[in-house]
Amino acid sequence: MNAALTLVRREVLRFGRQRSRMIGVIASPVLFWIVIGSGLNNSFQYPGGPQDMSYLEYFYPGTLVLVVLFAAIFSSISIIEDRNQGFLQAVLVAPIPRVSIVLGKVLGITALAVLQAGIFLLAAPLIVSGATAGSLLLTFLVLILVALGLSALGFLIAWSMDSTQGFHAIMNLLLVPMWLLSGALFPVSGSAPWVAAVMNWNPLMYGVSATRKALYGVIPGVSTELPSFGTSISVLVLFWILVVTLAVFRVQKRQRSSNPRKAVS
Amino acid sequence: MKKQRRHVPQPASKHRTAVPDRPVVNITNLSYSYPGQSALTDVSISVSTGERLGVLGPNGSGKSTLFRILSTLLLPSEGGVEIDGIDILQSPDEGRRRTGIVFQSSGLDPKLTVAENLSFHGHFYGLSGVTLANRVHHLLQSFGLLERKDHRVEILSGGLQRRVELARGLLHKPAVLVLDEPSTGLDPAARLDFWQFLSQSMKEGGMTVLLTTHLLDEAERCDRVAILDRGRIVVSGTPAELKASLGGDIVVITASDPHRLAKRIRRELLIDGTVVDRELHLETKDGARLIPRLVKTFSASMEAVTIRKPGLQDVFLRKTGHQLGGTENDGEGGRG
Repeated sequence: MNAALTLVRREVLRFGRQRSRMIGVIASPVLFWIVIGSGLNNSFQYPGGPQDMSYLEYFYPGTLVLVVLFAAIFSSISIIEDRNQGFLQAVLVAPIPRVSIVLGKVLGITALAVLQAGIFLLAAPLIVSGATAGSLLLTFLVLILVALGLSALGFLIAWSMDSTQGFHAIMNLLLVPMWLLSGALFPVSGSAPWVAAVMNWNPLMYGVSATRKALYGVIPGVSTELPSFGTSISVLVLFWILVVTLAVFRVQKRQRSSNPRKAVS
Repeated sequence: MKKQRRHVPQPASKHRTAVPDRPVVNITNLSYSYPGQSALTDVSISVSTGERLGVLGPNGSGKSTLFRILSTLLLPSEGGVEIDGIDILQSPDEGRRRTGIVFQSSGLDPKLTVAENLSFHGHFYGLSGVTLANRVHHLLQSFGLLERKDHRVEILSGGLQRRVELARGLLHKPAVLVLDEPSTGLDPAARLDFWQFLSQSMKEGGMTVLLTTHLLDEAERCDRVAILDRGRIVVSGTPAELKASLGGDIVVITASDPHRLAKRIRRELLIDGTVVDRELHLETKDGARLIPRLVKTFSASMEAVTIRKPGLQDVFLRKTGHQLGGTENDGEGGRG
């Protein structure tokens, strides 16, 4: 566990020394939020939800999750470079339990992600009507859970990649669509049936739902449309455990020699 | 210069005679294949306590694969690796505790300071508190890094970074240090400096060293050299033994058509030569006596004749039939 904490400390120290990273992580989601949010502000109506909810307000929880997603993606990309050469390779040849390596890295990425999402969360009282200290704290805790899952997923994907180019492909094909179909941009209730079906299987939908519920509290209409808070939290926890387990197996595996009889020298 | 420096590991050799029978690294019949291509075939190497063994081979010879197996990153299909009595294929963590790994692409975090890098890696090897602080201080001191300890690694010169990397490998006092191309990319002064620190650490810890290299001067500094080519060990021995195996002198003839000249020399003087680029190399006991005969018969086809003592590059050429690529004067690097 000592090793895992050291890895977390390293991640935080590094971040403190490259603060420019924060611009990419926070600025682009906030820019999306302002542009898309303002653009759709008057055309949007939450089906079954409160009539007076603006799109900027609707889009806000999804933007928080997007900050977490971007932070997890950026940190995961560094895993690829780290693994093939450098620090992480030295970590791998040290007598550290592999689960500590995974947890150290995942907790480190999570810490950075929630730190950055937390900064944007401070703007909540200006955006969400009826936000209280309690709802902000609860939202923050939910974001930690979301970050844990996305960090673990980023780690698992990055570990299997040889190049950062490959990761960009996965990012565009899997991670960004996961967010698009999470209820961040549009509610499940107003979507085509097949989109709604995909969304119901999307773990990130439960992340955005839990964030939305934590932030808004109980708003009639919204509550019936989204999965219950308990369900969302359970899905997030199970998802995290599943992905971390897969990651530990993946890291444990030493690259085996292929069958030498098939090989030609 | 070189000769003097080779005396440095002497105390280690004394240590070796004290435990003559027990190889501390024992690699037996190791084979490793990547899909569709075999990287190592039936490689056996043993290294005695306190010995410095160099695995010499060009790029693509299987050196890196061997290094990665020794550092527990790859699992071979056949064969065994024992380090300090531990089967590292079966018990990787036990093996990791006994082995120090020095990467060519440094295992340091450039954004962290020298001291942070060392103490973080100390944690990974289960060191902490005062023990770790003392160990880090000792290493910083003996590697002349004390006043650099709060500098970020990224601002250090290549030579200093390599020194920190070496210190990192030694933190947990390993029985065996495994290094990948340790002085590649360093300027000559930094290279000399690195070897000095390595020798000093070996003396201090009674440590054994196994390194992979494609540089002749690195191989020359080893007690024993094993030449690896296309995944097989072709020959091993002390640098002196290997060079002595080639007889006395190498006569190098520059010729416009070395192949034709080689044929004629084979026919008329019964000497087999090897053509290297535009040169013909002849091994002979006494070069000074051969040259007059060459000049008498073949002067018309020769542009220049030189005579020199055989080096490891000649051993490599003789044993593999091709030149060691990737050296300083990198002649023909292209090889599978």
